[in-house]
Amino acid sequence: MKGFLRICALTALAMLLLPPVSAVAAKLEKASLILLWSPQAQFAGYYIALDKGIYRKHGIDLTIIPGGPERSAADHLRQGEADFAVLWLTTALQQRAAGAGFVNVAQIIQKSSMMLVARKSSGIKTPADLNGRAVGLWGGDFAIPPHAFFKKYGLRVREVPQSYTVNLFLRGGIDAASAMWYNEYHTILNSGINPDELTIFFLKDHGQSFPEDGIYILDKTLRKKPLLAAAVARASLEGWLYAFDHPGEALDIVIGYMEQAKVPANRIHQKWMLERMCDLMLPTGNRQEMGRLKRADYEAVGQVLRENLLVRSIPDYAVFTGEAYAAQ
Amino acid sequence: MPRSRSIAFKLILVFTLCSALIFSVILGYNYYQSRMMLEKELEGNARNLAMSLVNRVETVLASVGRVTEEMAFFLEIGKYGERELLALLRGTVERNGHIYGSVAAFEPDVFCVATRLYAPYFHKGKGGILLTHLERSHSYLFRDWYQIPRELEKPEWSEPYIDQEKGNILMTSYSVPFFENRDGKRRLRGVVASDVSLSALTELVSSIKVLKTGYCTLSSRNGTILTHPVKKLIMNETFFTIAEARNDAGLREIGRKMIRGGSGFVPFKTLTGVKSWLYYAPIPSTGWTLSVMFPEAELLENVRTLSMTVAVMGLVGILLLAVVVVILARSITTPLHALAAATEVIAAGNFEVNLPPVRSHDEVGILSDAFLVMKESLKDHMKRLTETTVAKERIESELKIAHDIQMGILPKIFPPFPDREEFDIYALIEPAREVGGDFYDFFQIDDTHLCFVIADVSGKGVPASLFMAVTKTLIKATARKGITPDKILCQVNDELSSDNETCMFVSIFCGILDTSNGELLYANGGHNLPLLVQPGSGVSFFPKGGGLVVGAMEGSVYRCDRMLLAPGESLFLYTDGVTEAMNLRDEQFSEARLAQELTALRGRPLQEMVKVIMGNIRNFAGDAPQSDDITMLLVQYRGDNSNHFLAASP
Repeated sequence: MKGFLRICALTALAMLLLPPVSAVAAKLEKASLILLWSPQAQFAGYYIALDKGIYRKHGIDLTIIPGGPERSAADHLRQGEADFAVLWLTTALQQRAAGAGFVNVAQIIQKSSMMLVARKSSGIKTPADLNGRAVGLWGGDFAIPPHAFFKKYGLRVREVPQSYTVNLFLRGGIDAASAMWYNEYHTILNSGINPDELTIFFLKDHGQSFPEDGIYILDKTLRKKPLLAAAVARASLEGWLYAFDHPGEALDIVIGYMEQAKVPANRIHQKWMLERMCDLMLPTGNRQEMGRLKRADYEAVGQVLRENLLVRSIPDYAVFTGEAYAAQ
Repeated sequence: MPRSRSIAFKLILVFTLCSALIFSVILGYNYYQSRMMLEKELEGNARNLAMSLVNRVETVLASVGRVTEEMAFFLEIGKYGERELLALLRGTVERNGHIYGSVAAFEPDVFCVATRLYAPYFHKGKGGILLTHLERSHSYLFRDWYQIPRELEKPEWSEPYIDQEKGNILMTSYSVPFFENRDGKRRLRGVVASDVSLSALTELVSSIKVLKTGYCTLSSRNGTILTHPVKKLIMNETFFTIAEARNDAGLREIGRKMIRGGSGFVPFKTLTGVKSWLYYAPIPSTGWTLSVMFPEAELLENVRTLSMTVAVMGLVGILLLAVVVVILARSITTPLHALAAATEVIAAGNFEVNLPPVRSHDEVGILSDAFLVMKESLKDHMKRLTETTVAKERIESELKIAHDIQMGILPKIFPPFPDREEFDIYALIEPAREVGGDFYDFFQIDDTHLCFVIADVSGKGVPASLFMAVTKTLIKATARKGITPDKILCQVNDELSSDNETCMFVSIFCGILDTSNGELLYANGGHNLPLLVQPGSGVSFFPKGGGLVVGAMEGSVYRCDRMLLAPGESLFLYTDGVTEAMNLRDEQFSEARLAQELTALRGRPLQEMVKVIMGNIRNFAGDAPQSDDITMLLVQYRGDNSNHFLAASP
């Protein structure tokens, strides 16, 4: 409920500062949203909300900017090239601590979807078996949860930078690979390796609960356009719910965007991704809790970042979630 | 099949059903065998097709591999500066048609300390061979083409990728790591890689026509589809995503065999749901898989067409056969019908009917001939039968008269001498035929002497009856007052045996009872021994003895025996028809049984005794026909006492 309360609070703030809703509705407000990666079902909710006119219904003329290896969502947001960005909590928290005015308007993925995958045939059965092994790690913030995992079990691994493919793992170049449950794990399965041939370490099952994708705005934009922030959050969540309720149509839309972006589109893979997104966004199945960043999760992530010297201090939860602005 | 159906119907049914059945079995077997043969042949053909394609693809890839490995070898042992290196790369791209571009990428600080990374890339472009420095646009260290051979320390073909910058070309790279030996340690210096555009290879694979709609596909080591008639699948689907979408565990298993470098020939359903056969074989250098898809329907099209044609021909054949059978059946049944109609007329007694003409000499012709002969024979036979019947009826009527006459000459009224109390007599004769050779007789010679005779003439029927009549007349004529039975037999024998050309004879038992005192004189001419029935002590046969049968030999002498009967004692005389009466089990009534019966009947009235024995003989014989005349004569002496006179005097 708290997520919605926050959105309501943002809405209330907006009411004071901006013209009446009817005037806003009559004139669509332009806004842009940058995603973490190129189109895929990880972002189904935003594309569906866009395609089904949900953003327009909420008075927003939204432009989606696909992310990718050459385009950093955090940089775009910080530099004001996009009004909203989908970012990992770890990224946003570090940026906030470093002085960027990132505010979380909705927390999309509630649980860490990261996992380490190893072949059973390589003799890896427990976290301790990873000691001294070559483990593929993505750069930047994607390395934070695995590092916390290694630390927890006191492991010293040979870290091998991992690219966007899992081919290095498939060819046997590394003993374990980083994988997103909704993406690389399924890619590995669909490269012909059976689940029973794999040992998987779900980081969330090992105490590393790092909420991932969330929607962020700069605090200065929020002050100017509080109503917009609330509308984008609400419309995005509505888009997600529509996607979960109409998976076939949602997949059609996502694949349409993928083809437009000329990225390989595999329907069954996107279907898996959408289903996993549902699992990650609604871990308890309670739709009322959707979009909310739990204080405990926030503080746990802040703690890990501080321990790893990635932040000096943990920014205030109320500031980070925009509640402080609503209260002003 | 109802029994009343016509022959034609049965023939058609049996012939067409049997031929249809045989035909179907042959057709089915033929189809099955052809299919088996085709499938067997197909596997060979598929293997050959796949292997030839694999070889063509392999040739291209292997040549690229060889060139790249030679470059790596040079970079490992040669001494070169930047100029030589660039010349080597350019020359390689220039001289190898299959190579799209080549790069020599170095580990950080190995080639050029100033830039740290160094990766000159020569590639074909508009207006010739172009040079690009990859290190200027991005870090290549963690790209698959660099990182995988680096980590594995061995050459590696990359997963095919779509290069958008080069105009959406499907590419693959062959990367060979090269090393240097420093301080006895082997250290990686960099990776040399050649890019190969797959468009020529995929066009080659796609251009192979398999039957009408069959096709070849190429898939990568991850199972990714590289060529397919459905363009959307290319680089988007793997065998495993297709298997997941179709929920087809079998396909996933095939995919796993493929990526492990296996080959096989398996039934397969294509994405469009066409039943096919799939042959897959690995491309050795890259570990990719080439698959050939044969649509089953097209494969079996010729067999199906042939089978259909044969089926139609067979059907027409069976119909023709049915027509022929109808005609054949008609040729048989038409004369049969005519014969049947003629037979009905003949059965009604009309032999003048015309039989159908005999056209053929087959079984029906023979039957018609036989009918004709039979008709004529029947006609003759009927004629003869009529005549015979008339003759037989006449003889039967005469025999009946003869029977009546014969029976008429025997005394038939009992009691014959109702006024004589001192003896009683009862007799019964049952001829086997109308007339017989047995007879009995009794008459009084004088007041106190009763003569009684029982005889059996040899043979039966009319001759015996005539002989019997003669004998009876002779005996009656011979028996005079004072004569003894042996004399009677002597005289009768002499009479009969003279001029006895028929050689007939007769057995005779003749007795004369003195009714005043019970003295019995008797002579036996070869006849069965009579029985003496004594009310007190039982039944016994007369002692043996006597003479030859009468009429057999002239001058035969007979003995006269004497016996004294006590009052109440009886004599039972019989012919062999009694003791030799047979039942169906060929058992004889026998003398023992006769004696037993008589013992049981002692003391009963004479008529009752005789009739009971006759009844018992009939019961004994049952349904067995009577073979001989049965004659019984019972004489009882009652005694000449005062009662006689008392009773006689009124």
